[in-house]
Amino acid sequence: MKQNKTRRSFLKNISLASMAALTATGCNMKELDEFFQRNFRTLSDKEKEDIIKNLEQKYKQKYNKEFQVSAQPAMEQVEFAYALDLSRCVGCRKCVYACVDENNQSRAPQIHWIQVLQMEKEKGIDFAHSDVHYNPEKVPEKGHFYLPVACQQCRTPQCTTVCPVKATWQEPDGIVVIDYNWCIGCRYCMAACPYGARHFNWGEPEVPEEELNTDVHYLGNRPRIKGVVEKCTFCIQRVRKGKYPSCVEICPVGARKFGNLLDPESEIRYILENKRVLVLKEELNTQPRFYYFFGV
Amino acid sequence: MLVLGLFIFGYSCSSQLSEADNHNPEINNSTEQIAVKTAGITEIAVEAPPLTDGIFPCNDCHSEIEANPERRELVDMHDDITAIFNHDSDNRWCLDCHDLNNRDSLRLASGQLLDFKESYKLCGQCHGLKLRDWKVGVHGKRTGEWNGKKEYLLCVHCHDPHSPKFELLTPEPPPVMQENISYLNRKQNDHETE
Repeated sequence: MKQNKTRRSFLKNISLASMAALTATGCNMKELDEFFQRNFRTLSDKEKEDIIKNLEQKYKQKYNKEFQVSAQPAMEQVEFAYALDLSRCVGCRKCVYACVDENNQSRAPQIHWIQVLQMEKEKGIDFAHSDVHYNPEKVPEKGHFYLPVACQQCRTPQCTTVCPVKATWQEPDGIVVIDYNWCIGCRYCMAACPYGARHFNWGEPEVPEEELNTDVHYLGNRPRIKGVVEKCTFCIQRVRKGKYPSCVEICPVGARKFGNLLDPESEIRYILENKRVLVLKEELNTQPRFYYFFGV
Repeated sequence: MLVLGLFIFGYSCSSQLSEADNHNPEINNSTEQIAVKTAGITEIAVEAPPLTDGIFPCNDCHSEIEANPERRELVDMHDDITAIFNHDSDNRWCLDCHDLNNRDSLRLASGQLLDFKESYKLCGQCHGLKLRDWKVGVHGKRTGEWNGKKEYLLCVHCHDPHSPKFELLTPEPPPVMQENISYLNRKQNDHETE
């Protein structure tokens, strides 16, 4: 009897205390909604619409900018794939910064979704002896070749299977995405990824306001928060509208190719059928949708 | 614990960044916009890049000069091109690509005249594999839409036909060394030093 009373009074007190806490901190219902928001994949279209409306308002407040947040789903009969010409890449890193700009990556602490590895021609593809910090006057350097690495959009991704809360998954068009609202920041996926393609927001991400890209996708380049993981999404906000990813458009030597694997007329299919192609760490059976090839 | 949790949550959702100007960032697309054609076609009509200022039409000068088919080093005119010419220069010179009698045209090995807009055909005489790859979008670069309108670049957009080898590029800055990344924000840093 006594125990019951204690519990009841505890519940009473706790509810009063939480009410007080809520009023004191000035949290409104929208923020509560966001806190209790379910996994993106379980939301109805109506719920998604509301969430996006709230997000746009929130960004307007936070960044003083009009954001267009999209939740456009995958197109029918589309499976994206990417090919990168190792014989062309000169290691100029233009793709790295085009990606940073397009996808609102944090400038400080710095996050780069693309890492360009400089390798010695004598050693071949040798990650252990590759250099990401190369900085000569001019590239390409003699005796070296360059291998940019970002998310390989695996067909059997390890990152999604280890996620304890299912905050990351593979979309029907092959893009592996993250629900930043659902991510708990445990970084298991980063440990699981054999390509080092996932990056963690250790600090509050900082993007100069005049450099913000306001054309964003919910599962892609919308502004992130501290404590979540992010990675390349093939520019989901662009490719689902038919545009090429940003790195493809910037590449000054045309080393980057992108298209629909299910379209026999696409350049990606031509490459797979006619060129010498390889994937990274094939022995791990991740089955990447990101191919490297030799154009000459 | 729950009360503490709510306090932390409340704090995080009420903290907001300061206001700033409203700018629309431009999506980087520094490539020249040129004529558009879809895949799977044999004739590719793309606007050629502009020729050197004041040099075209060539016939403005050449109609008054007697044509001289003899292979020689040019000294009075076009010496700038002679200076950089590096395209199998042991075996080739101007009139292997430019027509002797009509300087406003290029000339295939067959003798057929060719507009400057179709220079890719001239390149393809020797570089057949490159031409084949370029037609399907593997050599060179396409921008626009992966499932629709694409913008092509001609050979001569990227390669100087008189010296086609690519110039070396200055690389963008390398990523910050891991040990030098500050995970505190500038704002927080300022706060700490205050």
